[in-house]
Amino acid sequence: MKTNGYKPTSPSACLPKCPTGVQGLDEITGGGLPRGRPTLVCGGAGCGKTLFAAEFLVRGAAQFGEPGVFMSFEETEAELKANVASLGFDLSGLVRHKKILLEHIHIERSEIHETGEYDLEGLFVRLNLAIDSIGAKRVVLDTLEALFAGLPNEAILRAELRRLFRWLKDKRVTAVITAERGREQLTRHGLEEYVSDCVILLDHRVHDQIATRHLRVVKYRGALHGTNEFPFLIGDEGISVLPITSLGLTHKVTSGRISTGIPRLDAMLGGRGFFRGSSILLTGTPGTGKTIISTCFARAAARRGERVLFFSFEESPDQIIRNTRSIGMHLEPLVRRGLLRFHAARPTLYGLEMHLATMFKEIAAFQPHVVIMDPITSLMVAGTDSETKGMVTRLIDYLKGGQITSLFTSLTHGGHALQQSEIAMSSLMDAWMLLQDFEGNGERNRVLYVIKARGMAHSNQIREFLISDRGIDLVDAYIGPSGVLTGAAQVAQTAREKAEVLASKQEAARRRRELKRKRAALEQQIVGLRSEHEANDMELRQIDEQVGTQTRLLTTGRTELGRLRQADVSLAAGARGNHQPKGGK
Amino acid sequence: MMKTKTVKRPASSSAPRSGKLWQLRLYVAGQTPKSLTAFVNLKKICENHLKGRYHIEVIDLVEQPQLSRGDQILAIPTLVRKLPVPVRKIIGDLSDTDRVLVGLDLRPAD
Repeated sequence: MKTNGYKPTSPSACLPKCPTGVQGLDEITGGGLPRGRPTLVCGGAGCGKTLFAAEFLVRGAAQFGEPGVFMSFEETEAELKANVASLGFDLSGLVRHKKILLEHIHIERSEIHETGEYDLEGLFVRLNLAIDSIGAKRVVLDTLEALFAGLPNEAILRAELRRLFRWLKDKRVTAVITAERGREQLTRHGLEEYVSDCVILLDHRVHDQIATRHLRVVKYRGALHGTNEFPFLIGDEGISVLPITSLGLTHKVTSGRISTGIPRLDAMLGGRGFFRGSSILLTGTPGTGKTIISTCFARAAARRGERVLFFSFEESPDQIIRNTRSIGMHLEPLVRRGLLRFHAARPTLYGLEMHLATMFKEIAAFQPHVVIMDPITSLMVAGTDSETKGMVTRLIDYLKGGQITSLFTSLTHGGHALQQSEIAMSSLMDAWMLLQDFEGNGERNRVLYVIKARGMAHSNQIREFLISDRGIDLVDAYIGPSGVLTGAAQVAQTAREKAEVLASKQEAARRRRELKRKRAALEQQIVGLRSEHEANDMELRQIDEQVGTQTRLLTTGRTELGRLRQADVSLAAGARGNHQPKGGK
Repeated sequence: MMKTKTVKRPASSSAPRSGKLWQLRLYVAGQTPKSLTAFVNLKKICENHLKGRYHIEVIDLVEQPQLSRGDQILAIPTLVRKLPVPVRKIIGDLSDTDRVLVGLDLRPAD
C-alpha cells in the first residue's frame, strides 16, 4: 500500500520489465510485465481480459516499438478489429504496417476426432511463423482455455501447455495469456500452474447495483508489486488502473492565498483565506448552507478571473443559479464568460471509478483553478466508504498535483456523531469548516467554525452565519455561561447587555456625584479647620507676645530697682537676671 | 517416402469409376515417431477401405509452416478429409482404427 511495491533497484538486480502502457498498471508493477516471460491474465466474463491483452499489444506496437502477435481462439480478426476500434485503437493500421499480426485459431470440437497420440506442434508452428514474420516481441493468447473445449484429451493438452509456456520463454517474447476465472481457483483449468511468473486477476463486481472493475496482481515472481486490488476503468482511451497512492505525497505547495468570498470568513483564516491548491472540507447537516458557501467561494474565484469547475451531485446548474440569485449572487454572467462551469450528474449514474474518470477528464479539459464538489457524500452511495475515501484520495492527489484548490462539501446526518462519519475523509483535507444548526427559543440558526486549517493561524471562535438577500455575512455569536446564543437570543442578549451597561454607567455617575459632594464637604471642612487652626496660631502668638512683654517689663523694672538700690549691676544682671523672671512669676 | 513435402498417391487405374475421390491431407511436423506411425496407419486404412480412390497429401509444417493456417492446424499429426465434404479433422497418430473410420465417415458411429 505504501509504496505500491515499487522500489527502484539497480537494473542488473531487477527483473527486466516490459511496459504495458496501460495507465497505472506500470506503476503498480514497477515498470510493467516481466519481459520475455508469460503473464496470465484471468477473470470472469466481461471483465476486460481481451481488451487488456489487446491494449498491451497495441501500445507495445504503437508506443514501444515492439511488434506483437494476437492469437485469438475466440474472436475472428474482423471482430477483434471492430471491438478494439471502439476504444480508439487503430488495429487495422498497425496490422497494415506489420506491427501487429492477428491470428484467429478456430477450433470446432465436432470436427475433431481423436485417434491416438498427438501433440500441439501445429500451434507452435503457427505461433512461431507469426512471431518470426513480424519480429514480434509480444504475444497474446486469448484465450487458451478454448483449447480445453476443443481438444478432449486433457492430459495431452496440459503437457503441451507446459511445453508452450516453456517455449514462449525460450522464444523471449513477453506473452499475455488470458484465462477464464475458475470457481475454486484462479482459472477454470488451472493454467496458473504453468504460468508462474506473473498472474493478474481482473474482476468485475457489483456492489449495490453499481459495477466496478478491479485489478489485482496476484503474483509477480522476482519483483515487488502492489498486492492491493486496484479499481480500473475501460474508458474511451482504453484501460486505466487507478492506484490509490500512485502519486505519493510529493506535490509542490504554494503559500499563495485564495479568498473565500466572505470577508469575515477570510478574517477567521488569518485574514487572507485558504491556501491556494489546498483541499477544503465543508461539512454540515442538511440546510446549513454548504452549497451557498461553496457557490460564494466559486463566485469569488470566478470574479477574480479564475476558472471554476463545479461538480454538482444534487442540484442541476439552473437550480443552483436560481437559488443563488435569491441571495443576491448572479452566476449567469460568469457562466457565460466561461469562468464557471457546472457539471451535474447523479451519483448513481455510474460507478465511482467512472465518476472519477469523468472528473479527471473534465478537469483536464477545463483546466480549472478551483474545483468544487457538492456534495462528496453523495458519491458514497456509489461505493463503500473505503472506496469513496480511495477515490477522494486520488482526486485530491490529482488536484494537488495541478495546484487546484478544491472544496468538498459533505453532508452529515443530524445527531451527536456530527463529525464521526467525516473522520476518514477529513484527514485528507487541509482545512475543515463545520456548519451547524443551533435550535432554541423557537428558531434555528446557523453557525460556522473552523475545525482545522493546516499551516495558518485561524480563529477558534464560533461565528453565526447569516444568509440574507444581500449574501452571506458572519456575526459574532454570543458565548456565555448559558452556551452559544444565536439569532434572536443573541440579539436579546446583546440588548440585555446594553441595558446592563447603561445601568452600571448611571450607577457609576451617581456614585461619582456623591463622592464629589462628599469631597466638597470635606474640603469645606478642611477650610474651616484651617482657619480655626490659623486663629489658634494667632492667639498663641499673641499670648507669647504678651508674656514676653510682661517679662521684659518685669526685668527692666527689677534692673531699674537694682540700679536704684545701687547693686552690683554686672553680677546681678548675669547671675540673677535669668532666674529673676521665673522667681518673679 | 516422407522426405518429400507431399506424397501423392494417385488413385490407381483400377479405381472404380463410380467411387468418389477421397482427398486426404496429413499434417506432420518433422519426421517424428508419431508422424511416421500416423502415415503408416493412414496408408493401411486407405488401402483397406478406399483402395484406388484416395489421394494423400503429406504436409510437413516444419518446412511449410504457412500452410498451417489454411486448415487451422493445432495438433500434430492431423488428418484432414478435404473431400468428400464436409471437411473432417482427425487428430492423433491414427492408431485407433475404429475411431479413424468413424471420423472419416467410413463407418457409422456406434
